[in-house]
This record gives sequence, C-alpha cells and structure tokens, in this order.
Amino acid sequence: MIAFAALLDDLACAPGKGPQEALLRRYFGTVADPDRAMGLAVLTGAATLKVTRPALLRALAAERFDPVLFGLGHGFVGDVAETVALMWPERAGANAAPPGLAEVVRTLGATAAADVPAQIARFLDVLPAGARLWLLKGATGGTRVRVPAPILRAALAGLSAGRLTAGALEEVWHGLVAPYAALFAWIEGRGGRPDPGEGPQFHPLMPAEAVGVVAGLDAARWRAEWQWEGERVQLVAGPGGRRVFGRGAEDISATTPGLIAAMGFDAVLDGVLLTPRGRPHQVRLHDVLFEAGEDLRPLPFDQRRARLDAWFARVAPLGMDLSPLLDFATPADLAALHRAARDHAATGLILKDRASPYIPGRAEGAWRTWQRDSQSVTAVLMYAERGGDLSFGVWREDGVLVPVGKCTPDLPRTARATLDAWVRTHTLKRFGPVREVAPGLVLQVACDAAELSSRHKAGVTLRAARLVCVRPDVPAAAADRLELVLALARPGPSA
Amino acid sequence: MSPPHPQTWLYPRPEGLFCEPGGFFIDPLRAVDRAVITHGHSDHARGGHRAVLAHAATLAIMKARGVAGKASQAAGWGERIGMGEVTLWLEPAGHVLGSAQIVMAYRGSRAVVSGDYKRAADPTCEAFVPVPCDVFVTEATFGLPVFRHPPALGEISRLLASMALYPGRAHVVGCYSLGKTQRLIALLRRAGWERPVYLDQALIAMCAVYEAHGVRLGDLRPALAADGADLAGGIVLAPPPSIGERWVPRLGDPVVGLASGWLGVRQRVRQGRVELPLVVSDHADWDELNATLDEVAAPEVWVTHGSEAALIHAVGRRGIRGRALRLVGYGEEEA
Repeated sequence: MIAFAALLDDLACAPGKGPQEALLRRYFGTVADPDRAMGLAVLTGAATLKVTRPALLRALAAERFDPVLFGLGHGFVGDVAETVALMWPERAGANAAPPGLAEVVRTLGATAAADVPAQIARFLDVLPAGARLWLLKGATGGTRVRVPAPILRAALAGLSAGRLTAGALEEVWHGLVAPYAALFAWIEGRGGRPDPGEGPQFHPLMPAEAVGVVAGLDAARWRAEWQWEGERVQLVAGPGGRRVFGRGAEDISATTPGLIAAMGFDAVLDGVLLTPRGRPHQVRLHDVLFEAGEDLRPLPFDQRRARLDAWFARVAPLGMDLSPLLDFATPADLAALHRAARDHAATGLILKDRASPYIPGRAEGAWRTWQRDSQSVTAVLMYAERGGDLSFGVWREDGVLVPVGKCTPDLPRTARATLDAWVRTHTLKRFGPVREVAPGLVLQVACDAAELSSRHKAGVTLRAARLVCVRPDVPAAAADRLELVLALARPGPSA
Repeated sequence: MSPPHPQTWLYPRPEGLFCEPGGFFIDPLRAVDRAVITHGHSDHARGGHRAVLAHAATLAIMKARGVAGKASQAAGWGERIGMGEVTLWLEPAGHVLGSAQIVMAYRGSRAVVSGDYKRAADPTCEAFVPVPCDVFVTEATFGLPVFRHPPALGEISRLLASMALYPGRAHVVGCYSLGKTQRLIALLRRAGWERPVYLDQALIAMCAVYEAHGVRLGDLRPALAADGADLAGGIVLAPPPSIGERWVPRLGDPVVGLASGWLGVRQRVRQGRVELPLVVSDHADWDELNATLDEVAAPEVWVTHGSEAALIHAVGRRGIRGRALRLVGYGEEEA
C-alpha cells in the first residue's frame, strides 16, 4: 500500500506521458507480486478499494479528534479525507507490518459492512500519512485512480527488455484478467503469450494526428471526412462471436446489447458510436479491417473504402450508416468545409491519405484531424480554487450571474500571481480551498462547444473551456449574456 | 516578595518584543538602539540597529546579508551576559546555523524566547536545548495538527531515486539561501551523494558562511559556470523564484523540485506545480511543538506567529495557559 500510494502521489505530479510511463515502469519493476498485479488491477479499474461512502470520514473524525482541532485543520487543508489522513496519530509501538495493496483490497472486500470502519482504522494505525490518504480516498470512492491503458501498456512493455511492444500487449489486453500472472510471466520472459481467449479479438486502431492549417496541401493525395462527435469503437463479429471494443481495447459489449444484436455479419469495422452507451445505438462506419476473415489492412485506403461501400450496400446493419467522403478540389475548398463543420455537427475534418494502408498503433501522419475553431466567450470570474480551477459565469436576463463552466488556467508565474492577488482581495466567502469572489474580473474563455445541460443552473455548459487571457480592461457588466451562450449551444448527444 | 510575572517586564511594543529592565528588543521589526537577534533570516534580523547582540554565526550571516549593526557583540552558547537588571544567555534553537533561544532571568523569574526552532536532527546546526522557564515564547508556523514532517533523509532518498529514474535530466530543487540549502546539501552528503552540487549565484555566499563556521558541505560549484553536460544528471539548487525564470529554460527539461514544510498538504503541492515535492522543513511540526511545550514545562506559553489558535487550544487542555502575542512581520521567510 505504501509503494502504491507513493506511485499515485508521483503520478499526480508527473508532467506528461513520458514521466508517467517511467514511474509505472519503476513500480511494476520493483514491487513484488501480488501487490503489483493488484496495483495494475486498480489502475485499469478491474479492482477497487471502494467499500464505503464518504460519511465514514466524518465519523472517523468525530470519533478520533478534538472537534476544534479538526475544524482548524480542515479549514487549512480543505479536504476531509486528507485532514483525517494527516491528523491520524502515529501509533508508537504499533509494530504490525504495514499491509500491502493486495492485502488491503482483499481484506476490505471480505469485510462485512458493519466492520469496515474498524478495519480501516486498523490499517490507518500502521500506515504512514501518504498511504493513509489514498486508503481513505480509495475506500470512500473519493478518487478514481485510473491510468489510460496505452500508458500502462507502454510501461509494461518497457519491462520486457525490448522483447515486446505496446502493440503486442494491446492485442492480448482485452483477454487479460486479474491477477495477471500470465501477463507478467510473458513480459519477464518466464512464460508464453497469454491466450487472449476464444472468440473475437481486438485489433489496434489507426490513430489520427492533430494538425492545424492545411495550406499547401496536395489535394489529390487526400480524402476528407467529417470528424464525428462520439466514442470511437471497433465492431468485431464472425463465427467466433461478437464484440464491441472501445478505443483503448476495452470490451464494452455488455453496455451495448442493441448494437451486438445488430452485428450479424463477419467483419471487423472501425467507426464512431454517436449515441451514449446503453441507449439505442447509432454507429457511423468509416473503415473496414477484415471481411470474412480476409485481412484488408494492407490495402490502400481507397480500396478499403470501396470494399466498405460494397459491403454496406449488401449488409446494411440496423442502426449503422457510412461516414460520407466529402468533395473538394483545392485547399480552399477544404478550408470552407472546415468552417462549416459546426453546421454538420462535426468536431472538425479528418484527412486520410488515399494510398495508405491501415497502420495500427502510432500516428504516422497518414490520418490527420483538423479540429474546428473554438468558440469564444467573455465571462466573469465567480469561484477560484487555490492554485487550481477557475469557475466563471455569464449574465442571465434578470441580472443574475450564472456559472457556465470552469477551466484550469495555464498562466505564466507572474500572471498567476496577479490573478491570485486579485482573488485574495476580492474574496466574499471561502469553502475550503475554494473562494467565492466578487463579480469584478472578466475572463476571455475559449471552448470547443457549448452544450445544453439540465444539470447546470444556467442550462448550458462550456466544453473543454480554457482561459485565453484575463481582461482587466473590460468591466464585468460588459461580459456576455446567457442568451448568447445558449445560442452557441446545440443539442448534445444526450439531449 | 514573589518574582514578577514576565508580562510585567517583557511585552510587545510597535518596534517588537521589548525587555524593559534589560533595555533591549528581541528581533525588532524597526531600527532600535539595542537589539538581541535570534537568527539570521531576514524577517528576524533586520538592518539599522545600533547595537546588536547575537551568536557569532548569526552576526556573520547578518554581515553577509549587509544588515550588520553599528556595534556587534557575539555571545557563546550559555555565556551569561548582564543587560541592565537582566541576565541573558543563548541556547541553541536548532533552526539554522547560529539560531538561538534568548533566555532572560529577572528577579527570580525566567522567560525564554525561542525564535524559530525545530527538533529534527540537522547536521548543519546545534540541536535545540529545552530550558525550563516561567514563560516560553514559541513560534507556531506549523501550528496545526495536520503538519507532521516526515524524516528528512527519507525525502532525500526520494530525490536520489528520482535521479536514478531520470538519469539524463537535471534535477533543480528550489530552496531558500539560509538554512534549507545547507541542510539539503548536508543530507545529500549523508545519503552518499559525493558528486558536485551546483548552486545558483544567490546561494553561494551563505554556503561560504557555513563553511567558515566549520560546516563541511563538500564539492560545491556555481551552476552558471557549468556546462549542460555536467548539469544533466546533476543536482542544481536555486531560490524558488529563479527556477522558472532562469533554470528551466537553461536546463531544457529538468525535474523541478521544491523543499518546503508546506508540501505535506496536497493542495499546496498542486499549487507549487512541481514534479518532485520534498517535505523538508526548518520548523517544528505539530508534534514537536507540543512535545517542546511539555518539556520546558512553562505554566504559560506565548505564541508569536503562525497558527496560534490550535496550539493555544491544545495546550489549554493540558493545563498550560496560552496567549497569542500578535507580532506582525514574522513568518515572511520560507518555512
């Protein structure tokens, strides 16, 4: 548990994929079984520490701490779980060895609900502060510690001394089950390739590279499609069975029963699930990897597309359609299409090299996405978290400021200091680390889209909002109106 | 006649804490005629005083910082000195080189002003000595029960583990020039790091003062003069503000660390935006503060700066009278 908690702390500070991969490689390379296998299971979501609710934290605090001291401590820390973890007394003479992650997960999983608080307290007595925090966070569901599968696979492949690639792991990934003994044996050269199981298998997807403008593009070399908003999926069906995989090779068949029912064919298809899982499905297909057992991936895109069109004309499965190829002759045509993306409910354009085979794994530039331009909103700062997110709002008809989104500002140190100073001097109320500020500072915010949402007071929320700049020159009263933000919104996939 | 209560002869004035029968201020915030200085941090040792009494190392630090008094008197540990009607002496506070508690005896009553202090072992300064007294004046920088500093050597081993994980990246660690820098270097040496430690210009002078007082820091080199190949895989120490401005651009893709007692709290870690937070503090944590107050066994404790409410509440439950001594201006130096 101590090593796993240290890993989570390190990951939280790691500035990118490279360092995250290095930290995971070190963890999997130094921690012994069964703890590292349990670590992998928790990071993939196959195992969980969650056994109770956050109410446990207040109960532990009330039972163990002086209420005045707890209140003062919590006022500074701003998080109940962390306050309990930090204040928990170190028990001199508690000489039981600290439990490993596997022991913690198994013990908690086997503990009757009524005994969970006492069991957690026993673990807290023998763990250091960092591990106490992650135990409390994990057990109360206060955090979802998940690492994207591609990073996990890269880290695990790094342990194989060059024998295995991340792609090789990806092919068996969906068939792996905790405690992953066969996987670690294979990685460390002690055993053969794990059997990915009977039936349909996942084939690594061809990713697209993000690009900016396309001036100077050789239009004759490329095909263009809309980039659709939704979840990229791979449909695999044949005599061996039917499965739907997410882009990370996760098997999502159980959440898409209607889609599975519609897959009475023998093919492997690439597409986008336009609807949320569990709803009546709508899949837009854009590529074919296999047809009747024939591997089409080495064929150039144009030939694969012709096969896809012919196949679809014959089979036409329920709830599926094709992503149309767009007409264009010049880069200027493309730019015009790009500007129209929003009208077609597309998040941008995707360009595909007509001659390229289907290349699994790394982006090689044969597929390129060109995201539509972002929307811009002038909003008023409402809440600021210490060193963290800013929440902002716009004016409703009745003159009330309503929150429409938040962003994590990525500002130079001096600009951040100026912003923090403004927040300190304009605080109205404090909620732990979050300060409510007087409506006086205008932010220029960019976002991918505005989305209608009944969960938000404003009825609309900005997606993927980011701070462009602080606008001290604009008075708060001149910020955008809610009607304008509503006009930017179009019904989201769930509306 | 019973001994006078210290509050009758030691009390705050606008200039700072004033010992009336001794005619001197302790760590005054404004220029005064006679000052007794606990330690060399800039919020305690200010310039412009006429006569300054302090430990010899503190006087050397003040000189290096350009804030020496017009007249200086060095006091050795435990050396009794008459100041007016008061007998005064210094005992180590364990905070930084030369840091002292000021012990004052007046007509059978005794008060101790601890300045800033810590109880954890530190190879670069003398360890704190508890002195029984009637009134103990304490800091409370980390005076909340959420502060429990881990062993500093464990944090150093995290730094060394990171160096092993990223052998090609320089590690630049933010630390303040007086105390934290030298403690980190000494801990690195203790952990077996014998290669050079590269220093930002702003840290060099204070390391020289430590060396002159017998604290061996090993092979130190100016980072500005080193070439990139030496720094990749090396350790650079620098004041936190200069890291983003000077060292990140110069070092390419360094691992940025920060050594501070505040980093035990995750929110502060996120705020610091560092890859390698090291919880290393020059101040007593919650447990050390409470243990110290029990050891000196003073019936009354005055709390100068930091989070006084929690500490006063906690000692009150043990029958010790606590009182907030509102002295503004301290705690501006790094913790």
